[in-house]
Amino acid sequence: MAGKTNDDALFQFLLRMGDNSLILGHRVSEWCGLSPVLEEDIALANTALDLIGQTQFWLGLAGEVEGKGRTADDLAFLRDAWDFRNVLMVELPNGDFGQTMMRQFLYDAWSQVMVGRLIKSGDKRIADIAEKASKEVAYHVERSADTVVGLGDGSEESHARMQAAIDYLWPYVGEMFDGDEVDAAMVAAGIAPDPASLREEYDALVNKVLSEATLKVPTDVFHHKGGRTGYMHTEHLGHLLTSMQWLQRAYPGATW
Amino acid sequence: MYAQLVKTAGTGVKTREEMSDEERNFQDRVDRDEKIEPKDWMPDDYRATLIRQIGQHAHSEIVGQLPEGNWITRAPTLERKAILLAKVQDEAGHGLYLYGAAETLGVTRDELTEELLSGRMKYSSIFNYPTLNWADIGAVGWLVDGAAIMNQVPLQRTSYGPYSRAMIRICKEESFHQRQGYDIMMKMAAGNDAQRRMAQDALNRFWYPSLMMFGPSDKDSVHSAQSLAWKIKIDTNDELRQRFVDQTVPQAKYLGLTIPDEHLKWNEDRGAHDFSEPDWTEFFNVIKGKGPCNVERMEARVKAWEDGAWVRDGLMAHARKKTAARTAAE
Repeated sequence: MAGKTNDDALFQFLLRMGDNSLILGHRVSEWCGLSPVLEEDIALANTALDLIGQTQFWLGLAGEVEGKGRTADDLAFLRDAWDFRNVLMVELPNGDFGQTMMRQFLYDAWSQVMVGRLIKSGDKRIADIAEKASKEVAYHVERSADTVVGLGDGSEESHARMQAAIDYLWPYVGEMFDGDEVDAAMVAAGIAPDPASLREEYDALVNKVLSEATLKVPTDVFHHKGGRTGYMHTEHLGHLLTSMQWLQRAYPGATW
Repeated sequence: MYAQLVKTAGTGVKTREEMSDEERNFQDRVDRDEKIEPKDWMPDDYRATLIRQIGQHAHSEIVGQLPEGNWITRAPTLERKAILLAKVQDEAGHGLYLYGAAETLGVTRDELTEELLSGRMKYSSIFNYPTLNWADIGAVGWLVDGAAIMNQVPLQRTSYGPYSRAMIRICKEESFHQRQGYDIMMKMAAGNDAQRRMAQDALNRFWYPSLMMFGPSDKDSVHSAQSLAWKIKIDTNDELRQRFVDQTVPQAKYLGLTIPDEHLKWNEDRGAHDFSEPDWTEFFNVIKGKGPCNVERMEARVKAWEDGAWVRDGLMAHARKKTAARTAAE
């Protein structure tokens, strides 16, 4: 069994997984009833629903591993911004529909590669969650990739908007592949892959889809960071948490 | 009831002598409970009325996403958030089946959308009321979906086949929605003082608007008589409203909440509750655009449609390119 240090690292790893799906699920849910066409309202709600479902598994396990009796809800609704471990990209505002779908694709592509590796995790609890999530993730990436291609290779306006979306989001992609001592501990324990090792497969998928979408992949290798370590989130996260956590904060201890 | 004040086309019910052979044959089929299918002959007024009714119902599902969407980002637990997302997703799905049913009558979804956005077609008055506290999400499921089911269960037997089949699917999901709404109310009613206050406040604000959902009394209306004869309306508005009140009173009592009507009481002779009428002046104001949220709801729909134009155009342009490429390759 893993010792205390490894459990701390595992807890951090699970928060990263759970917070990514929580915060992205929340952002996607903001589209409710406002999307460009009815089928997209349904698809976006469905995506958000899957992401919230994955959150329940990841944060549920995180609470278990932490061993202080915190539930997935406690972790979602009662931590402040500095304790969140999601990558910065998922907390960015939705922007237009194109930016939302580009972000979704950039995340789904990562998620597909990641979940594919986690199915083989040495920790059965993690392998089981990854197995469940993998079917949803396969559908998500298929849909977001189709939309990116349709809009990228669509009209002049949709092309320009999608190019602007990738240009804006690209500096947030690199953070998903950063590694630190938490990741090193996960690799050593055979629980999760080195984030950098996902990059090649990710780039192949992203380049293929963006090329079909007739979009240029930015070449600048600079990237923002600070979300997955919690060192420095964007200003947007606090506002998101303000609405998300409001009821739990205003009425402590209530059962809903 | 998601369709209210649907104006029935025509001049009222014709006698058998006044009917043409086709009309008589049609009415006989309806009387025998045969389903009318899209390619069957039907009176123009039947078609026009159904388009209005199904279209209004579809629009209500779409606009109805907004008051509930107002709380998705503030749902208090992950489970509540997931349930609410699933519910709102179902509603968009209902909109889709209903637009599909309307399309079988020869009108497109885009045409119906334009009618909604220009204000020529209406949606249910209920969605012009705000959702102000979390218990409102419970009240919407319990009362609003409850009232909708009251109307839609009989409509599963409606004469128009595609509408009837859409109603069968929708009713299954609506009864789940009502249960989840009541479940929220139970949690709130059994909660702390603030939660009980939210629950009572939600009931106070949603009670009369829910009664209005059935529309004003139509027992003497010639238009309703025609819709009843065509079986696109199965019960009168008053019958449905009474059934709703009788069903809801014990549910409110179980929750320990007070229905905001001092005249509400059981009438032994009628075997039903006596209750106060809602303020019909308020109802007609809401229908005319003067409800608390009419402006916001329409603005939200218009903005979604206009902001989404580039997306729809872009995807169409892509589809055309694909078709052209396939044609060139052949």
